[in-house]
Amino acid sequence: MPQTAEIATADLKEIAAQVRRDIVRMVHAVNSGHPGGSLGCTDLLVALYFKVMKHNPEQFSMDGVGEDLFFLSNGHISATLYSVLARSGYFPVSELATFRKLNSRLQGHPTTHEGLPGIRVASGSLGQGLSVACGAAQAKKLNGDDRRVFVLMGDGELEEGQNWEAIMYAAHHKIDNLIGVIDHNGQQIDGSTAEIGGLGDLRSKFEAFGWHVLQADGNDYATLLPALEAAQAATGQGKPVMFIMDTRMGFGVDFMMEGHKWHGVAPNDAQLATALEQLTVGTVADY
Amino acid sequence: MKDFPYTESKDTRSGFGAGLHELGKTNPNVVALCADLTGSLKMDAFKKDFPERFFQVGIAEANMMGVAAGMTIGGKIPFTGTFANFSTGRVYDQIRQSIAYSDKNVKICASHAGLTLGEDGATHQILEDLGMMKMLPGMTVINPCDYNQTKAATIAIAEHHGPVYLRFGRPVVPNFTPADQNFVIGEAVMLNEGTDVSIFATGHLVWKAVLAGKLLAEKGINAEIINIHTIKPLDAQAILASARKTRCVVTAEEHQMNGGLGDSIAQLLAREEPLPLEMVAVNDSFGESATPDQLMEKYKLNEAAIVAAVEAVMKRRK
Repeated sequence: MPQTAEIATADLKEIAAQVRRDIVRMVHAVNSGHPGGSLGCTDLLVALYFKVMKHNPEQFSMDGVGEDLFFLSNGHISATLYSVLARSGYFPVSELATFRKLNSRLQGHPTTHEGLPGIRVASGSLGQGLSVACGAAQAKKLNGDDRRVFVLMGDGELEEGQNWEAIMYAAHHKIDNLIGVIDHNGQQIDGSTAEIGGLGDLRSKFEAFGWHVLQADGNDYATLLPALEAAQAATGQGKPVMFIMDTRMGFGVDFMMEGHKWHGVAPNDAQLATALEQLTVGTVADY
Repeated sequence: MKDFPYTESKDTRSGFGAGLHELGKTNPNVVALCADLTGSLKMDAFKKDFPERFFQVGIAEANMMGVAAGMTIGGKIPFTGTFANFSTGRVYDQIRQSIAYSDKNVKICASHAGLTLGEDGATHQILEDLGMMKMLPGMTVINPCDYNQTKAATIAIAEHHGPVYLRFGRPVVPNFTPADQNFVIGEAVMLNEGTDVSIFATGHLVWKAVLAGKLLAEKGINAEIINIHTIKPLDAQAILASARKTRCVVTAEEHQMNGGLGDSIAQLLAREEPLPLEMVAVNDSFGESATPDQLMEKYKLNEAAIVAAVEAVMKRRK
């Protein structure tokens, strides 16, 4: 697939459908994983890796100087990241078949430990990615590198206090080459975020902390792509940028879109077949 | 017993501050982060001369560890500074996932370790940090003994790729190691060759071991004294060579018995050369408020305690 700023939205949709097929097949194969959030964030990751970010899949470098960087703080949606990394050229697509299996580079949660190209820090224990992204963004400033740093977090993950340390830090230090994205699906393991953590008015909270805030639907390229454009346009103006991305957990597979049930459950054989029927692509290129 | 003349006493944290400032001049990739304890960590000189590479993080240690991990991406070498308690236990998961498991080149620099923090009491006197840090795969753990050695260690760890825990303290102690020493990570330092007992000491207990050596010499006991500034990787070769010669061992540290230097050496001896061993360390207890000297006496971390341990272990020697 082409990696270009000029890529057509139809092509992004095609890639996203293929990534969603990968996700449900990967979690089904090992009867474990987190399909709900993975499906909800697929459109974002496809947009970042196939349209928005300047990056170098063929020659991965840990330092990523001159490249845009992406950090996944909610590491449990690893299946999405692995599929997008493989399909954008970081490693062979066939390796997706090793997900969560013994001796794999595709661990349950992402890690640098096995040297998988495209991963720059381990994540899974929640609340740490924003701090790491702040540091990486400050290193870019020290290096005179004008590219940006993206970091994706879950909304339930905002219950972790370290995030609020980082939110205060990023504004105080004017880390304006940083774009945070909240996967705002309103769900977490034990129920809705409203019921469990009481996230409240996120936009007002981030604005009060001194961030530039955007909000848009993250499962519709008609709104997602302009939001990502606007987020990038807002960088370089003295404030970190937070994109509250409204998503549906399980997006693309109808029976996975209800509530929080599919946060961490794999489909059975029949459910996989139903899911794959719904995830149609022009030319199926399953791993 | 060799003599160890010294002209001044200084705190080890000032050795860190001097080493960090030196690195500021020599290594443009070195950056420093501090959690609202710049004065206590002696980071003022670095902050003054290299303000663009100094990052005040505020009272937010978890964030500091994550930011440090992130700064390595792009080639920076971050040195984090706060008290040992807030450098380890408070942020264990951040160190474990974002630094150790991710193999990030972060130097975790920890002051006010152990009982010698003194009057602030047990909330601040961590005695478990060496254990927590040495259990992390890939983590290097260093506890130098005086100002000169702490300065040398600070400079040396910048050249080592990988996460490092560098532990030092608050009190003023004799500065007796050479200013021009070549600090080699993982290489034990022979202070006094002897034949009757091996004393392996780390941190502030190294000087106490020297004092004990003099008292033992007066009793006709010829102690071998070795400074184990690096707890991990442990210099097994030097330790085994000495233990095989003297046939009995005393370890000394300002730390819990569980998880400290004595624990590491006991494991080594049990595997390679089972020999009698006594540990001078805190025995499953928290500290408390008092002057450092009072605490070191009460918790039996002084030269008298080392002498007693030597006498006990020599009775067990076969």
